Amino acid sequence: MLKITNLHKTFNPGTVNAKHALNGLNLELREGDFVTVIGGNGAGKSTMLNAIAGVFSPDYGKIEIDGVDVTNIPEYKRAAYLGRVFQDPMKGTAADMEIAENLSIAARRGTKRRLVWGLPRKERESYKALLAELDLGLENRLSSKVGLLSGGQRQAVTLLMATIKEPKLLLLDEHTAALDPKTAAKVLQITEKIVKEHNLTTVMITHNMRDAIRYGNRLIMMHEGRIIVDVSGEEKEKLTVEQLLGLFSKASGDEFSSDRAILG
Amino acid sequence: MGFINAIPGAMAQGLIWRLFAIGLYISYKILDIADLTVDGSICTGACVLAVLLSSGVNVYLCLIAAFIAGALAGVVTGLFHTAMGIPAILAGILTQLILWSLNLKILGKANLAISARKYSVLLSSMDNWKAIVVSAIFCILVIVGLYLFFYTEVGFSIKATGDNEHMSRAQGVNVDLNKVIGLAISNGIVALAGALLAQYQGFADINMGRGAIVIGLAAIIIGLSVSMKIMPNFVVSLIGVVCGGIAYYLVYTFVIFLGLDTDLLKMLSALVVAIFLAVPYLKTRYFKKQRIYEDALTEAEEKEETNNA
Ligand SMILES: Nc1ncnc2c1ncn2[C@@H]1O[C@H](COP(=O)(O)OP(=O)(O)OP(=O)(O)O)[C@@H](O)[C@H]1O
Ligand SMILES: [Mg+2]
Repeated sequence: MLKITNLHKTFNPGTVNAKHALNGLNLELREGDFVTVIGGNGAGKSTMLNAIAGVFSPDYGKIEIDGVDVTNIPEYKRAAYLGRVFQDPMKGTAADMEIAENLSIAARRGTKRRLVWGLPRKERESYKALLAELDLGLENRLSSKVGLLSGGQRQAVTLLMATIKEPKLLLLDEHTAALDPKTAAKVLQITEKIVKEHNLTTVMITHNMRDAIRYGNRLIMMHEGRIIVDVSGEEKEKLTVEQLLGLFSKASGDEFSSDRAILG
Repeated sequence: MGFINAIPGAMAQGLIWRLFAIGLYISYKILDIADLTVDGSICTGACVLAVLLSSGVNVYLCLIAAFIAGALAGVVTGLFHTAMGIPAILAGILTQLILWSLNLKILGKANLAISARKYSVLLSSMDNWKAIVVSAIFCILVIVGLYLFFYTEVGFSIKATGDNEHMSRAQGVNVDLNKVIGLAISNGIVALAGALLAQYQGFADINMGRGAIVIGLAAIIIGLSVSMKIMPNFVVSLIGVVCGGIAYYLVYTFVIFLGLDTDLLKMLSALVVAIFLAVPYLKTRYFKKQRIYEDALTEAEEKEETNNA
């Protein structure tokens, strides 16, 4: 499904700020895998997702999605394969446009945009049902500007946008980190529902170890630009936070440190 | 009496400048780019029309040619910005300079008369009422056209590009292409306004359009500050821009009538725009406390809404 081979990326090469953010990263996902990703600050988690999405081109290595080499395909074209939700609720939606308009733009991801009506009445109606499933009371606010929504509502809408046109791969970068605990739980619950319904191959970065253990069928831990722990199946199911920390210090010879990690 | 007599002329010119402001609206408000190309492309539109018309080309073909010339200028700015990574403001200034030379080459001299007596123009200052009708028709056609366009799939993606590039790219929108398209449409309309202005004045002049962006911004800002309070939607805001333009020209005419030194007008326009642009900033700076309170209030309301739902 997704195959990353020996990926390297150095930011600001040749300067004092040079940062080898991806250091020979290898990762292979099977169809329907739901992988959670943890790791300390600066471990390279976001950089990995951005590399997959094509925000920058890697210095070395190869990225394949579904057998297609996408390493050099520009971000907007690669979007055809991907659904993305970001940490910042502002990033995923166009604030000055209506909820329905945002959804209609997402529904055409990966198709050629034409000079035809952008939001036919029938399509608008269909969004009502879709929004109702979120259970956030948005189904009657189709023509509200997204900018009027709360952070949690915006993330939920972004999640819908990421999956309205079924992506081959769903990329979630700490998409609940900016939300209060109650809203975060709600958005996570929606995430799991959507992922299960469509059996989406998903990569979810989180700084909450419990969530990382609870969700998905596979867990990877990153450190200094590569994957140092990779557990799946039954082994992951039985995992505890303490074991996870143990795995980390064994693999990295270091104490786990992240000012934002939630351990318990 | 003098002021009353000057009103039709002020309205006609105001409407033409509003067509210009509508073009500017696309770059300034929709794409979120301050595009200085317009100071040059309005003149290009006038020059292209004047030269073609005086060599006997049908006036409608002249208008189409003016639109295309303006659109090409927009494409140049767009490519400077997207393909060559030049900041948008600088890209606009560069194209403006290029146009300054090109306009001189097109016109062949500093100005060219296209008298309504000699050529079949659509409007002229000799018949202000007709000029009002003709320019109003152009404004309406352009507004309707843009309304339809910005509700298509392509139009949505251009609006999204200006609103949130990050989101647009993630949704597979080619933001670079969209910026070029948007700037082309914007400058095409601006050049069309220039072509109408040349007919109204009866000549094209290499200096017309200098500082036009300031007048255009004045219209947009005045117009939007009113129309957004009434009803924040696309058509209402464009109509607001048109009315803002007329209001600006009525004030302009009135000031001239009062005997104010017209040399100072551009300075006054610039100061008015500066004040209007500063208002939102000053508001947040000096009325912060109140804002925070209001934000907390809406947040609480939203929470309640979600809880109720
Ligand atoms: N665009 C960039 N320019 C320069 N340096 C960058 C850039 N993006 C990331 N980095 C650096 O690369 C390293 C990895 O960053 P990354 O954002 O991937 O970390 P992360 O694992 O997502 O951490 P966090 O948990 O804090 O989000 C960091 O040292 C960061 O400063
Ligand atoms: Mg990160």
